[in-house]
Amino acid sequence: MSATATERQQTMTLDGQEVTFAQGETLYEVARRHQIQVPTLCYDPRLEAFGGCRLCVVEVRGAKTPVASCTTRAAQGMVVSTATPAVEKLRQTLLEMVVSENREVAVNPLRGFASQELTTLVHRYGAQTGRFQGKHSGKSNSADLNPFILRDYDLCISCYRCVRVCAEQEGDYAISVMHRGFRTQITTEFNGNLKDSSCTFCGQCVQTCPTGALADKKALRGADLPGEIQKTRTICPYCGVGCSVDIMTKGDRMVGIQPAMDGPANQGALCVKGQFAFDFVQHDDRLKTPLLRQPDGSFKEIGWDEALDFAADGFRNALEKHGRRSVYGIASGRAPHEAAYSMQKFIRAGFGTHYVDNCSRA
Amino acid sequence: MSNPLADMAKPDVIFCIGTNMTECHPVAATGLKKALARGAKLIVADPRRIKLAELANIYLPIRVGSDVALLLAMAHVIEREGLVDASFIKERTEGWDEFREHLKEFTPEWASKICEVPAKDIEEAGLYYGRGSPSAIYYTLGITEHICGVDNVQSLCNLALMTGNLGIEGAGINPMRGQNNIQGCGDCGAETLVYPGSVPITDKAARDKFAHAYQRPDLDLGEAMTKVTAFNECGKTLRAMLIDGENTVVSDPDRNHCEQALKSLDHLVVIDLFLTDTAKLAHLVLPATGWAETDGVVCNTERRVQRLRAAVPPPGEARPDWWIIAQIARRLGIPGFDFSSAAEVFNELCSLSPTYGGLDWDRVSRESLIWPVPTKDHPGTPILHVGSFANGRGKFRVLGYRDPAEVIDESFPVWLTTGRRLQSYHTRTQTGRSSGMDYLLSEESLEVNPADLAAWGLRDDDWVRLSSRRGSVEMKVRGTDRSPRGTVFTSFSFAEVPVNNLTGSGYDPTTHTAELKVCAVRIEFVAR
Ligand code: SF4
Ligand code: SF4
Ligand code: FES
Repeated sequence: MSATATERQQTMTLDGQEVTFAQGETLYEVARRHQIQVPTLCYDPRLEAFGGCRLCVVEVRGAKTPVASCTTRAAQGMVVSTATPAVEKLRQTLLEMVVSENREVAVNPLRGFASQELTTLVHRYGAQTGRFQGKHSGKSNSADLNPFILRDYDLCISCYRCVRVCAEQEGDYAISVMHRGFRTQITTEFNGNLKDSSCTFCGQCVQTCPTGALADKKALRGADLPGEIQKTRTICPYCGVGCSVDIMTKGDRMVGIQPAMDGPANQGALCVKGQFAFDFVQHDDRLKTPLLRQPDGSFKEIGWDEALDFAADGFRNALEKHGRRSVYGIASGRAPHEAAYSMQKFIRAGFGTHYVDNCSRA
Repeated sequence: MSNPLADMAKPDVIFCIGTNMTECHPVAATGLKKALARGAKLIVADPRRIKLAELANIYLPIRVGSDVALLLAMAHVIEREGLVDASFIKERTEGWDEFREHLKEFTPEWASKICEVPAKDIEEAGLYYGRGSPSAIYYTLGITEHICGVDNVQSLCNLALMTGNLGIEGAGINPMRGQNNIQGCGDCGAETLVYPGSVPITDKAARDKFAHAYQRPDLDLGEAMTKVTAFNECGKTLRAMLIDGENTVVSDPDRNHCEQALKSLDHLVVIDLFLTDTAKLAHLVLPATGWAETDGVVCNTERRVQRLRAAVPPPGEARPDWWIIAQIARRLGIPGFDFSSAAEVFNELCSLSPTYGGLDWDRVSRESLIWPVPTKDHPGTPILHVGSFANGRGKFRVLGYRDPAEVIDESFPVWLTTGRRLQSYHTRTQTGRSSGMDYLLSEESLEVNPADLAAWGLRDDDWVRLSSRRGSVEMKVRGTDRSPRGTVFTSFSFAEVPVNNLTGSGYDPTTHTAELKVCAVRIEFVAR
C-alpha cells in the first residue's frame, strides 16, 4: 500500500462525526473542509499559521485546555469539539479583550478585503466593548502622507497578519513589530514613512488586516458616495500575469480594487499597479466622442455616423487608388481578444493580406 | 510560457535572464521568493544589479547584449561535464551531434571576455543549471529586445533541450509577457505571421480554411509584413492605417521615424481611450470603452484564458473596439461583421482556432483554463510538450555570438539600456492618470553607477544631455549601484523624456523586434 493511501485512511472525530484527514492538515483545515465554521482572527490561509489570537480554540478529548485549531495538526483517533459552551464562552471573553484595545468596532468595508472580520465576530458573539477598559496597543501614524495606505494603528489588535503577509507573501519585510503587549506597535524600519522603507505599496497588508487598522486610502475617498458597494470580478489591466481582481463600485463610480483571494494566477496577491492604479478609467481626459481633425490641426467632435463613414471612405479610397496592399492594421496588447480578433479579420477578410501586427514590445 | 505560473514554486534551480521580475511582474516574483525560501537555487543574468540579483546564488552582471555568449558557454560546460539528458536527446531532439561539436570552442574563458564576468561564475552557472532537477528558465524583454532576440531565445531552447528540461513540472522556458493581453493578440492572429491559433500563414490548408471562412478567395499565402516594415512603407506603398490603442509614437524604438511615417499616411484612424501623442497624428480618433467598461476575454502569460467583466458604463459615446472595427468593416461591405456582442466575436474565434476549439464564451465565464483546449471536455494544458513536441522533434540550433547593432566607441562611450519600472506602465497613459502614482515616481531619471558619476564630475539630480547617433534627450541623473560602471539605465515610460529618440539602432532580422535594450550614448552636463 502506498504512503498516500495510508494517509488518506486516517480518521478523527469532529463534532461527533467521523472524518478523514490528510497528513499535515491542521484541525482548522479539516473543519473548514467539512463546512464547520471556526472563528479566526490572526489566520490568513495563505500564510504560516501563527497561533496568536486563540480565537480558533477547540476542545480535544484528553487535553487539559482548549488548543488553537489553526496550529494543531490532526492526529489519528483525535476527538475534537469545535463549539462547546465552554469554548464559545472563552471566545467571547477573548473578543472582549481584543475590542478593549480597539477604539471603534464598526469600520467602513472600503478599508480592505478582511476589514469586517473583527466586527462580524464581535456581533456574532455579542461581545461587549469596554469590559476591559483602558490601554490599547498602537498609535495612529497620521504623519505618513502616502496616498494609498492609511495607518490607523489605534485599531490594531496585534495579529501580525500585515507583518507576516509582507514577509511571507511579498518577501518585502517592509514592516515589523516593535515592543510587545499593550505597547505593541507595527512599524517600518526606523519608524518612518512607508515610502522610505522597502515597501512596494502592494496593498497586501491592507487587504489582510482584520480590523481596518491598515486601510485603502483611495477607496475611502468613496466613503461618502451614496449606494451599496458592488463587486465585479475581472482581470488586472496591466502586466501579463493576469491577476484576478474585484472592482468595487458605487453606482456608476469605481471606488477601489480588491484582490481576488481565489484568483488562479495570483491567489490574492497584487502589485501597486493592480491594487491602486485604476482611476485612469474614469479620468476627465477620456475621449467621449469621435474627433475629426480639421485643416488647422484642431479636432472637432462629431457623431458616430459621420465618423464611421469618414473612416470607411478613407480605407475605400486607399483600396481603389492604391490596391489592397495599401492598408495596414495594428492591434493592441491591452485590448481584449474581441478587439484583436476583429482587427486581424478586418485586414484578412477586408483586403486579403496579412498586413496586421501588434505592439509586442513591452 | 511552457509551464504554468504555479510551477514557479517547484524547480530546483531557477535561471532568470533579462527579467526584472520583481518590478515588471511582481506577483510572479512572489512565487519565486517562495521557491527560494523552500531552498531552490537562483541564477540571475542581467547587466543591472536589480533586486532579483540580491536574491541570487549566482549573479552574472553580463555586459548588455552578450547573452548568447553566456548561454553558449553554459551549454559547453553542461556538455563537457556530462550533465546532458541522453535519453531525452535521443528520443525527442535532432541536430545534437552537430551542436555538440559546435559547442567545443565556446569555453567559459571565451565568454568571460565578451560578457565581462569571471569564467568561474559562468562555469558554476552551467553546473547549477545542468544539475538542477528540474531547472526552469524565466525571461522577459531583456532577451527578446535585441537584434539577436531570436538567437537568445533559441540559445535558451538549446539549454532546455540538452538537459531534458521541457515537458515536465517545474521546468520549461518561460517568457513573462508585458501587457495583459499581448499573448492574446497572438492567440487571435493579430500578428502578421499567424492566423488565430498561431497557425502559420504559410500553411496552405489554413489559408484555404480562412479564405473560405472569411469569403476571401484571394487571401494571400504567406506574404507577411511586420509593423517595422509597415512604418518604412508608410506614404509609399501603404496609404491608410487603423491603429487600436497603441501609443506607438512613445513606445516605438525610433520616435522620429515613427512620427514621420504616420504623418505621411493619407488616412490614419486611431482608436483609443485618450488623445495620446499617436492619436494626435490621426485624421480621425475614435473613443473606445476601457478596462472595467468592457466585457471580453484576455489571455495571460501562462496561456490562461480569463474573462474581463464590465463594472461601470463608459464615458459619453465611447464604444467597444470590436464594435468600432465591425462598423467600419460593414460600411466597406466586408462580410462577416454582423456581431452583436463580444460573446459572438469570441465564439467565432473559438470556432476557427485549433487551440481554442474547446472554449466558448460560457465556458470561459465559468472556468479558467490554460490553452490548448482542443475539445469541450478537455481540461486544458498547463504544461506544453509533455511526451512529445507538437511539430515533431526539438531542434538544436547551431548559432554563434554577434555584437549588438551598435557598440560603444570614442564618441559614444557608454552603454544605454532601457526597461520599465514597477510604478509606471508602458507609456503611462494609464498609470500617469491614476492618482497617487506620482507620489512614488513623478519623473524619470538616468541611473548611473556612483563611481561613474564621480568620474564624470556629476552629482545626483544634475541635468545631463544624453545623445546617441540618432538624437538626444535631457534628464536628471541619479547614482545607484544597480547600474554597473559604463552602463546607464532609464525607462521608456515618460513622454517628457522620449528615450526612443535615442534607441532604434537595429532590428532582429527574423522577428523585427527592435534593439531597445542596447545603444551607445554620450553623456554631457547641462546647466539648468
Ligand atoms: S504595502 Fe505591501 S510591501 Fe508595503 S508594507 Fe504592506 S505588504 Fe509590505
Ligand atoms: S496586479 Fe500587478 S502583477 Fe498582477 S497582473 Fe496587475 S500588474 Fe501584473
Ligand atoms: S486564528 Fe488560530 S490562533 Fe488566531
